Amino acid sequence: MAKTIMIDGLSIPFEEGQTIMQAATDAGVYIPHLCHHPEFSPHGSCKLCTVKVNGRNCSACTFPAMEGQEVINNAKDLNADRQKITQMLFVEGNHFCPSCEKTGNCQLQAVAYHLNMLDDHFPLFYQHREMDASHADLLIDHNRCIFCTLCVRASHEHDGKEVFAISGRGINKHLIVNSESGLLKDTNISAMDKAAHICPTGAILIKHTAYQVPIGERIYDHQQIDQVSLNSEQVDHDK
Amino acid sequence: MTNKIRVATTSLAGCFGCHMSFLDIDERILELAEVVVFDRSPITDIEHCSTDCDIGLIEGGVCNSENVHTLREFRKSCKILVAVGACAINGGLPAMRNFIPLEECLNEAYINGIGVENAQIPNDPELPLLLDKVRPIHEVVKVDYFLPGCPPSADVFWKFLTDLIAGREPSLPYELVHYD
Repeated sequence: MAKTIMIDGLSIPFEEGQTIMQAATDAGVYIPHLCHHPEFSPHGSCKLCTVKVNGRNCSACTFPAMEGQEVINNAKDLNADRQKITQMLFVEGNHFCPSCEKTGNCQLQAVAYHLNMLDDHFPLFYQHREMDASHADLLIDHNRCIFCTLCVRASHEHDGKEVFAISGRGINKHLIVNSESGLLKDTNISAMDKAAHICPTGAILIKHTAYQVPIGERIYDHQQIDQVSLNSEQVDHDK
Repeated sequence: MTNKIRVATTSLAGCFGCHMSFLDIDERILELAEVVVFDRSPITDIEHCSTDCDIGLIEGGVCNSENVHTLREFRKSCKILVAVGACAINGGLPAMRNFIPLEECLNEAYINGIGVENAQIPNDPELPLLLDKVRPIHEVVKVDYFLPGCPPSADVFWKFLTDLIAGREPSLPYELVHYD
């Protein structure tokens, strides 16, 4: 008989070595997340996937599923914490959705919609961050980086390159690229790389593609991220 | 008349797009007018809030000293204060000047700009002084509700106001929550 954990009272089967996130995704249970992607090793940094496991807060993307665990996921207090975390991400960066070409396709925005986030709550930082538009096919807008490290992991684990890294600590943390000039144009990234397409926000964009799909007809304009995420990530996992 | 709900509205550092969107409720405004009376608002041209306003709708962020005075008058006069639209909520487009020192902004616009004649930075005492940074309104006064969007759609205004007027806790379903 398959081993199971309980998530919000539902019995969820899992295979040895799976995380709570993997077991939940396979069973069609959405746990909000931004830094998690089923194709890459977990990072556990965004904390949106925080669930209660036997009464204690854990990151579902890194915590191993174990027989008999009682997991609480879709609860009012957890979703309130997730909303606060999302608000902190918004005020730390410069997320002006009306002037961002990723709007409607942005996972940060979609998670915020899903959590019914209507305001930023906290004072805004308005930190000055640069933009790197040096590359012919790609650009980095550091204003929108949430340090999920998905580009770092995709470049390393999938593309076999080391284009990105996170440098600095705390409030000085920032995304860097692997070139002496510090510019994207001098790295070996290509617009075909996984790392070029993995950004959950509008921080890494492919040039010449903006507004091909009009606002109002984009991914999250009519579908919630829980369904979109399960559809794509269950498929990914089966590969 | 006296039992009607008093609504005041203003645009601070905004573009009046939220007001235009509000007016997009179209003929529903007649239904609204049966229960609501507009107090200080660009719609009425009344200059100051009555002391007993029920709902204050604020479009735009806070970019100058006059915005601060207006916002404080609204907070003082309105039982319920609502941040309407992206600029009121996070500063929006005007806040994109926050990354450039104010002096540089003024020099670019009034001194070094292309086609500027008689270059001088406006300093008439009638003009409100600019703040160093554009701020969202919740950093200046307590805000009770937020209507996101650039602008919030007419249906957002309608859903919010009809909820509030009917005595329900206002809530916006997924389809009505947009930041763009």
